[in-house]
Amino acid sequence: MHLMYFTEQPMSAYPEDEGRAFGATALMFSNRYFDPAAGSRLYNEYLEHYRLAEAVGFDGIMLNEHHNAPFCMQAKCNIFASILAATTKRVKIVLLGNPLPLAENPVRLAEELAMIDMVSRGRLVSGFVRGGGQEQLATGVNPAFNRERFEEAHELIVKAWTQPGPFRWEGTHYQHRVVNPWAVPLQKPHPRVWIPGVLSKETIVWAAKKRYPYIALSTAIEATKKIWELYDQVAAETGYAGGPEYRGYLQRCHVAETEEKAMENARQFMWMQGEFTGLAHPVWSTPSGYFSPSIRSAFVEYAVGRRSNPRGSAFEDQIKSQMIVAGTPKTVIPKLRRLLEETRPSILGFWAADGFVSSADTKTCIRLLGEEVLPALREIGKELGLWSPFEANSPVSMAFPESATPAHERAPARHPTPLQVS
Amino acid sequence: MTEGAIATVSTIAGSWVSETIPIAGVAVRVTRAGVGPPLLVLHHDIGTLERLPFYEALARRFTVLVPSHPGYDGSQRPDWMRNVRDVAAVHQWLLGEIAVTRDAGAVSVVGLGFGGWIAAEMATQAPRAFRRLVLVGAMGFKPDRGEIADQALVSYIDYVRLGFADQRAFDRLFGAEPATSQLEHWDLNREMTFRIAWKPYMYNPTLPHLLGGVATPTVVVWGRDDRIVPLECGERFAKALPRARLEVVEGAGHFVEMEKPDELAQLVTDFVSQGEA
Repeated sequence: MHLMYFTEQPMSAYPEDEGRAFGATALMFSNRYFDPAAGSRLYNEYLEHYRLAEAVGFDGIMLNEHHNAPFCMQAKCNIFASILAATTKRVKIVLLGNPLPLAENPVRLAEELAMIDMVSRGRLVSGFVRGGGQEQLATGVNPAFNRERFEEAHELIVKAWTQPGPFRWEGTHYQHRVVNPWAVPLQKPHPRVWIPGVLSKETIVWAAKKRYPYIALSTAIEATKKIWELYDQVAAETGYAGGPEYRGYLQRCHVAETEEKAMENARQFMWMQGEFTGLAHPVWSTPSGYFSPSIRSAFVEYAVGRRSNPRGSAFEDQIKSQMIVAGTPKTVIPKLRRLLEETRPSILGFWAADGFVSSADTKTCIRLLGEEVLPALREIGKELGLWSPFEANSPVSMAFPESATPAHERAPARHPTPLQVS
Repeated sequence: MTEGAIATVSTIAGSWVSETIPIAGVAVRVTRAGVGPPLLVLHHDIGTLERLPFYEALARRFTVLVPSHPGYDGSQRPDWMRNVRDVAAVHQWLLGEIAVTRDAGAVSVVGLGFGGWIAAEMATQAPRAFRRLVLVGAMGFKPDRGEIADQALVSYIDYVRLGFADQRAFDRLFGAEPATSQLEHWDLNREMTFRIAWKPYMYNPTLPHLLGGVATPTVVVWGRDDRIVPLECGERFAKALPRARLEVVEGAGHFVEMEKPDELAQLVTDFVSQGEA
């Protein structure tokens, strides 16, 4: 198993009443309510939590980014990845991920990621995302070309990582007359790519076709099973067998010394008052052209408020469905076993706290997870045969059917022959 | 609708005929009715209802042609299209494919909102091609003081309502709670608008520099209460076009043709008919 620590990096120090009065806590909610003094304190607390996570035994630290919203104050995951590259020693730095369509220059992104991979001595896992609907609006990027830009930027980055330059890129959305970044990743053929997602079938199919592990972000168990059904089907059609090494899951899971304390803190997973991305005009999260055309009628009804958010449900329901798990180590382990037995992921992210949970309680949670929960899960993982991509030595992708290895540990060439990207 | 298909609908003003004409690899749909000099009407970013009293009124005096912009109102989407000038070029091409609009100098154009921007681009591409030009609440100019309303931030219903000074006019045309099919329709049109007018949003910074060559007599019409494109844009259009004047319609918002159909039809008819033999 690959066990990761995750936090959304919540900016809880904003005036909640202002958010309620405005009716939204995203995109257009004014950044006059951002408190940089609290921001400075929180960023440094989060760094402390990451270092603690490494110390207590997590295998990876999962990072993400969002824009214009207090639910996530991390605006560029490569910044924290760079810091962690230099200040941690062992953990994988798992970016889930860089929102590719927001990049105006994917070559620059390829360079940044190569630098992070080298500074961390080959510990980068470089996930890519489409970015939420609000992200497109917050960065002025055309939602109608979101998926096209995602796919083209991905192709360009992998090529920049694996094919010696200079070469020329004349694409639909990106044109670069000279692609020749001096920095290339330490890991060969290239760092592993994992693809997180919530909803879009298209993304699951795309990841399965590429043979990239897919990380289901806090979906309900039944929905998660459907994801793996689809993934495995596409994998079989593509010519390989799906399985645990291609399955990841992000679990909201808060652990405390007592049940009462755990439950009280777990309520903070609902702190943004709406869905996890906060209160927002529904049309912001579903700009035209962004969502799947196959479910247009559902989205247009949602956008005008005739249909409730398919992702949002009450705290009690989420506890019942295990979308949120909370308790002492003793009570959460059986619940997590159920998740592992029923959905068989080998990559498990722990979204450990949110909202106003204090730094002290967060550290207790991380420590209890590391000392008591992770060892138990490793045993369950062995029993169930949930081998992670690292343990299974699984290929980086369909295009590169070998495992990712730091260049100096890889015999024989320092400058390997480039492989064709299909 | 398949290419070359023709559908006929009878109305008070006569028969409306719809056909599709292949242009630049896509089937462009054109609806037409009436007799008289040819008048091209270019619709809004929200598309258009199939029939409007405004169209009926014009059809009494003109051969009215209402094309769907490619990708709008259920017409075929050209994946390659990237800007409003592409739409303008498609409509120029279209005019050459229709017998009544083939003669240079015979056609007049009425551009509504987003369609007004397309009409202005067409005029810069062919500065002597049109008899008369009418721009109604046209996008295309960057306002100096105000802003062009950003539909990406509001629901389909709220955006269309924003374009009406009198909400009762909206209710009459679309119903107080428009059907899901109407919302999907608006969503598809919005997606196409994003594909061709996302950035800069709803204006072309080079357009003001090119309007000076347009020889066509023009009337620029604006609803006094236009909350989508500020009136100052109308003033700037009227100044940039050498032979233009501005007419402000009281009690109307952005969708002048839906709120004040008779008034606008009269204004267009008088202006376009001026100097007719």
